[in-house]
Amino acid sequence: MRENKKTAGASRRKTGRRHPLATVALIAIGLGVTGGAYAAVNTSTASAETQIAAQSTIEEGEKLFQANCATCHGMGAAGTDSGPSLIGVGAAAVDFQVGTGRMPMQMNGPQAEEKPVQFTDEQVKALANYVASLGPGPSIPEDHLTNGGGDASNGAELFRINCAMCHNVAGAGGALTEGKFAPALDTVTGVHIYEAMVTGPQNMPVFNDLNISPEDKRDIITYLQYVQDNRSPGGFELGSLGPVAEGLFIWIFGLGAIVALTVWITAKSN
Amino acid sequence: MSTATTPEAPPTTSTAVEKKGGFTAAAANYIDERTSVSTMVKELGRKIFPDHWSFLLGEVALYSFVVILISGSFLTFFFQAAMTPVIYDGSYVPLKGIEMSTAMASTLDISFDIRGGLLMRQVHHWAALLFVASIGLHMMRIFFTGAFRKPRELNWVIGFVLFILAMAEGFTGYSLPDDLLSGNGLRIIDGMVKGIPIVGTWISFLLFGGEFPGEVIVGRLYTLHILLLPAIIVALIALHLLFLVVHKHTQYPGPGRTNMNAVGQPVLPVYAAKAGGFFFIVFGIIMLIASFFTINPIWNYGPYDPSPVSAGTQPDWYIGFADGALRLIPPGLEFVWLDRTWSFNILIPLAALGLFIVLAMIYPFIEAWVTGDKREHHVLDRPRNVPTRTAIGAAGVTFYAGLWAAASSDIIATHFKLTMEGVIHSLQFVVIVGPFIAYFVTKRVCLALQKKDRELVLHGFETGRIVKLPGGEFIEVHEPLTDYERWRLVSYTDYEPLMIRPNSQGRITVGQRLRAGFSRWFFEDRISPVTKTELEAAHGHHDTHHELDEKSAH
Ligand code: HEC
Ligand code: HEC
Repeated sequence: MRENKKTAGASRRKTGRRHPLATVALIAIGLGVTGGAYAAVNTSTASAETQIAAQSTIEEGEKLFQANCATCHGMGAAGTDSGPSLIGVGAAAVDFQVGTGRMPMQMNGPQAEEKPVQFTDEQVKALANYVASLGPGPSIPEDHLTNGGGDASNGAELFRINCAMCHNVAGAGGALTEGKFAPALDTVTGVHIYEAMVTGPQNMPVFNDLNISPEDKRDIITYLQYVQDNRSPGGFELGSLGPVAEGLFIWIFGLGAIVALTVWITAKSN
Repeated sequence: MSTATTPEAPPTTSTAVEKKGGFTAAAANYIDERTSVSTMVKELGRKIFPDHWSFLLGEVALYSFVVILISGSFLTFFFQAAMTPVIYDGSYVPLKGIEMSTAMASTLDISFDIRGGLLMRQVHHWAALLFVASIGLHMMRIFFTGAFRKPRELNWVIGFVLFILAMAEGFTGYSLPDDLLSGNGLRIIDGMVKGIPIVGTWISFLLFGGEFPGEVIVGRLYTLHILLLPAIIVALIALHLLFLVVHKHTQYPGPGRTNMNAVGQPVLPVYAAKAGGFFFIVFGIIMLIASFFTINPIWNYGPYDPSPVSAGTQPDWYIGFADGALRLIPPGLEFVWLDRTWSFNILIPLAALGLFIVLAMIYPFIEAWVTGDKREHHVLDRPRNVPTRTAIGAAGVTFYAGLWAAASSDIIATHFKLTMEGVIHSLQFVVIVGPFIAYFVTKRVCLALQKKDRELVLHGFETGRIVKLPGGEFIEVHEPLTDYERWRLVSYTDYEPLMIRPNSQGRITVGQRLRAGFSRWFFEDRISPVTKTELEAAHGHHDTHHELDEKSAH
């Protein structure tokens, strides 16, 4: 447990170093022993506190896991015939799968589908922490990456190139082979979009940080949120399904209305 | 020319008229004296148009075309048909700073930065969908009622060409914005062209001015879209309507309606007023749809770029059947032979669709040859009375509908929670076996309906009233039809299969044999209309019932 926490802490510091402020911190360390010692005491007490909190949620998560997930994923999440091992999938995978209601899985269809979420937010966090404690994996993204503060047009372009072939340009969803499908993205939250990209649930590929950088991921989320928040300027969207919906609409409602009127006009004269 | 036939009025009377009618009369007179338009108005105004709702479908097509012309002219003021790359800097945030063609940028400007532009775009596009759809329905009406028979075969062909031109207009039109969706469509066309052996690649390079997508295609499509195709369409519509006036309108069978007359309203004044009103109804419906429903949201699709393809990509509905054919063709039909790739997965659909279109276009001539019918027909057939034709039509509709549905196979799969493979295989079945099933079922249904009609004519309606005869026998009282009702049911011509006759050399040619075979197939199952003698016999029988009925009632 301790080791895991340390690697998590290390990785957090590592990502921090990329941050512009990391240089400042580095200079601060180099400046003097006093300052350095003070900083060390300060962070160690802070991490000790979070560690205690994490420890208790991990235990709670383990209990929840044994009760709800172990039938398929095995004791210690080592995997069974009816569910894969979760060691190393990371907190992001659990938060995505449980937070969108996909897990615990029901009914063996072509793919695990979204259902009403069965756990509270704390329970989901606890499960995530527990699975994250089993092995390093992608963690739950930070708020500034998922709150939609990026560049929508860059995101739109990346979405068209990387995602539209499965999810449709407007995020309306699309079919894959053998009954599998890429779902519509009109209601999904920023955090879950990010997690979907880093964990690649089921038939979705993983988009790691080399593939699409965290900033680009933020832009994609910004674009999807723009589409979610701004309904079509042209009126009702007919499900954003494109020409199929438009064609059916004109035959059924357009021509239907007109035929009804022709009947009415000619009936009047008789 | 015809001024000579209208006697010039002496000047005195003409001033008298002026005084009486005021300005309008004077103006009318002025125009008439110079154009002799009154003869035409008189001639046209007296034309009779029978009244039936299905006769208005062609008008719907005409009116949507007018709406297309009006809204399209508006769009030409702002659209720029160039593929020069620009950086978009309009109001739509998710495309700001993206490189795109001038065509795409100007279409976005029409949508977001020009007052009324988006509405006009949507009016134009919805009207185009309605245009082709109403042509389709109009064609089905013509087909199933046999309105294409002599003397109207040529008008069927003209109408069919109009249908194809309308599809071409639609395709060239929705490719103009140079967005991702239409670019994918063009890429498919490019692929189909390139699939043609030997010349395909050359044709493709000719069309696109080099390797796809090039920088010229939008400009070329624009010329076709706003100049050449509309000009041909307008000319053919004029010819289509001219033929309509020359031939008189057809009418459904009914009392007093024969091949020699046309029963209905004269064009002036009521019919013309109604038609004018109907134009505004059609216009109004298009405006309503366009104000409330998004069509072709190019801002979602983004600019064309050959690498991305969206899920759920399909063409506008009327091109769907071609896309569907490509989706249904099984894989593995492509091979290399003589150092060339032979793409039968493209050639077979192309050939099948070409054959289907040609057969539908020349159907009037095929039927005339098979039936040997050389008479003129101005009274329409009730579809049930020509079971074979109706069944052929149903088969054709099934084939087309199967292909059309296949264009949205992926959307069917996701929305009905089916597998893609399952949908494709079922639609392959629908397209290949479906037409045969439709043929047999329709034919049986037609024959059954005819039998029912025959029953009705001979014995009248069932009233559900059971009476007991003095002898103890129970019978149901039947209400005889009125003469008007009966007329509709019995007045159709019955054909018999063609007999093989030796030609002048006393020989029976292969063509003759073939024709007789087809004719037998066309007419083998039929139910002849009730003859006069049958009717009289049946009625004698009925009268006795009536008497008995009367007696038992007392
Ligand atoms: C009925 C069996 C079943 C139950 C119960 C179940 N799972 Fe799963 N789970 C699966 C299967 C099967 C998969 C693999 C899905 C796939 O990829 O197609 C999976 C996948 C996952 C994944 C994604 C793994 C990856 O590689 O990204 C996570 C995370 C997960 N489950 C977490 C949970 C959690 C947490 C619970 C309990 C709340 C749970 N599951 C309950 C069957 C189950
Ligand atoms: C190969 C096809 C494919 C591609 C490419 C793809 N996805 Fe997915 N995506 C899927 C599938 C399949 C699922 C459903 C997984 C599941 O149900 O567990 C999914 C699920 C998702 C979800 C979860 C939706 C929900 O309602 O919970 C999000 C968000 C998502 N994808 C975003 C993206 C983004 C963003 C991209 C581009 C960077 C992308 N996807 C690219 C196939 C794809």
